[in-house]
Amino acid sequence: MSTPDRSQFSPLRMDRRVAIKWMFTAAASVAILDRASLGAEPAATGAAKTAVGYGTDPDLIKIYKPGDVWALTFTDAQRRAAASLCDVIIPADAKSPAASALGVPDFIDEWVSAPYPDHVKDRATVVDGLAWIDAEAQKRFTNDFADLVASQHRAICDDICYTPKAKPEFKKAAQFFAKFRDLTSGGFYTTPEGMKDIGYVGNVPLATFEGPTPAVLKHIGLA
Amino acid sequence: MPIITASKTQPTYDVIVVGSGAGGGQTAYTLVMEGVKVLMLEAGRNYDPVKETPMFQTNGQAPLRGTSTPDKPFGFHDSTVDGGWQVPGEPYTSASNAPERQFWWWRARMLGGRTNHWGRIALRNGPYDFKPYSRDGLGLDWPISYEDVAPYYDKVEMLIGVYGANTGMENTPDSPAGCLLPPPKARAGELLSQARGKKLGIPVVPIRRAVLSVKQDADNIPAKLHPKNPTAQRILAQAMRERAACFWATPCGRGCSIKANYQSTTVHLPPALATGNLDILPNAMVREITMDENGKATGVICIDKITGEERTLKARVVVLAASSAESVRILLNSKSTRYPDGLANSSGLVGKYIMDTVGARLGGQIPLLENLPAHNEDGAGGNHVYVPWWLYKDASKLGFARGYHIELGGGRQMPGMGAAGGVDALTGGSYGKQFKEDARRYYGSFMGFAGRGEMIPNEDSFCDIDPKVRDKWGIPVLRFHWKWSDHETKQAAHMQRTFADLIEAMGGKVRGKRDATGAQAIEPGGKIIHEVGGTIMGADPKKSVTNQWCQTWDVKNLFVTDGGPFVSNADKNPTLTIMALAWRASDYLLGEMKKGNL
Repeated sequence: MSTPDRSQFSPLRMDRRVAIKWMFTAAASVAILDRASLGAEPAATGAAKTAVGYGTDPDLIKIYKPGDVWALTFTDAQRRAAASLCDVIIPADAKSPAASALGVPDFIDEWVSAPYPDHVKDRATVVDGLAWIDAEAQKRFTNDFADLVASQHRAICDDICYTPKAKPEFKKAAQFFAKFRDLTSGGFYTTPEGMKDIGYVGNVPLATFEGPTPAVLKHIGLA
Repeated sequence: MPIITASKTQPTYDVIVVGSGAGGGQTAYTLVMEGVKVLMLEAGRNYDPVKETPMFQTNGQAPLRGTSTPDKPFGFHDSTVDGGWQVPGEPYTSASNAPERQFWWWRARMLGGRTNHWGRIALRNGPYDFKPYSRDGLGLDWPISYEDVAPYYDKVEMLIGVYGANTGMENTPDSPAGCLLPPPKARAGELLSQARGKKLGIPVVPIRRAVLSVKQDADNIPAKLHPKNPTAQRILAQAMRERAACFWATPCGRGCSIKANYQSTTVHLPPALATGNLDILPNAMVREITMDENGKATGVICIDKITGEERTLKARVVVLAASSAESVRILLNSKSTRYPDGLANSSGLVGKYIMDTVGARLGGQIPLLENLPAHNEDGAGGNHVYVPWWLYKDASKLGFARGYHIELGGGRQMPGMGAAGGVDALTGGSYGKQFKEDARRYYGSFMGFAGRGEMIPNEDSFCDIDPKVRDKWGIPVLRFHWKWSDHETKQAAHMQRTFADLIEAMGGKVRGKRDATGAQAIEPGGKIIHEVGGTIMGADPKKSVTNQWCQTWDVKNLFVTDGGPFVSNADKNPTLTIMALAWRASDYLLGEMKKGNL
């Protein structure tokens, strides 16, 4: 793979500006556009032009998936890097699959494509961060991040996985990594497989509520 | 009589009730059960929790994993429709730009208002809470005492269904037998805080929430609430039988399609509609009250939000229950040459003494709760325990007046975005298989503590009409003036210290920073959504807006039954008291109607 073309940054910056503009449009016309946007089909590229929030009265019963309300906007390169990094953060193990197998990259795309102010801010962090991690992979291993082997992934990620210990030149990348890890884990542990993995066994109707089991009481020293 | 459109209203009604939440719901319920013809006006849309509540939807099935956005400030699945601290097209303003002088005004433009999403925490005010001025010389006394309200607390608890237990604690009233439903068992973290709190002298006891832990006694309660009224008894018994007991899943803030918790739309309005005496007109934004030459209210003018048309509606009596600030707005906008300062405002006190609750919070991570065996902690969709204010005896030593209660939460709730987020400080930044191990270890080990304290009414906290700004309906908007006193910020500092002590007593570590001054930790005014005051009740027409029956001194056939007549805002969440006072006011209103005084 070639060194990343710096020009790929410019459309991203444009996206941000556009997104901010949409944000204001959304605030003004949310009530009118909300119903229409719920049924909107994601367009292929630049689709976020029509992106508005889900409004103040969305259908709460409906089951949503990324792309249902506003279009997803990752480029192929971003999606590839995101999926790879997701799986470095949450790989498959004996209890559950890897993050990308559960659609987490699509969720992160949904997140950074959302028109709300916090998400617009996160978009900048994530999009720049993904570009950085591919560029760093090229610099160190002359390959895209997604094409590195595990030891190479670790070489990069060990430098950026913990903000307080990151060297000055990696601080910004570490902030990106922290954000990306939160997004990956949030996306992962809200799936049925993720909830099962983490040990959530609720959301089922019960005839009675029995409180903690004897094993739990013993664990906290109250048996 | 049903939920109607603007063209279907009757030429006149006995009573118009503006608002459909706790105050409006209770008022309409009490009146229509006695045969009074009522028109209820709601500024938001019709809303049916049975059809619209996302009961078992997971966060993964919502946009953005259900996290909060400006469109849905309490998260995607929160029941609130067209509401929040900002409502598009319906602004309010602040008299000051200073961050600490802001008041955040929450509205929910939907049938049932804020009752659909509220925390269901249903605490009685105690005897001290009605006479705060007499106790410490601050604020104001109510013109009524606990004994005046107690019978109505009994009735409201029986009607809506409240779980809890009597604790015998000071100024934390017990309920008579037959009022409360059994409290649910405490969860692991709640039990641990109870055991460790004990060592600090902090009592963790069963909380009271408006959730049916068991089905209501539909065979006996209706006769207690409506003696000598077989029709009302029959209708209420039927409505109670249609409510299921809690099935220990799904958060109450989403609303409840099986009607296991109280919301106006599942508890007050169905039996009220079944009497045939209630019309409900949604999308009706009330602008002002109309008056005749004799100084009596004749009805209201509202905007039909569907058509944008103005409509005049008539009744013998008008009851405002639009939320305390919205009711103030309607009174102040009912201006004429005869009432240049707005209606019911000869005291000049309409809009004065608005209050919220003092709020501050702190979180902790508790190693003892790590790696717990998997078990179901959903419970009643909210708190099972709390800490009532426990330091009445220390009042003189604390450096601030009044007190607060503590609400605690956390544990193994349905994972959201934060399920394993922000754990770097614990994990040293792990990723990969180690991160998955860490996520399993730390899930459920976080607990949060939130203080809810009393604010003393002050001269700097009030609202008036902004001279320039109007909403999209052309109605002049409210302008808020706000200031916490030292009592509130010092109380917030005390909360912070207490929470840190509790977290450490549980063997845990505070997450984030404890605020020693309280000035950073205290939430903005209005953030806790316990907005009360603005039309305070009293014994003297010069010093209050309404009498003890929520009847305005100036206009005999005009009442206010939301939180507006509150003279103080005890640490106890206001909803139960709003309902008790609304029922009491409605009984008085019925009596006055029967006597021909209205």
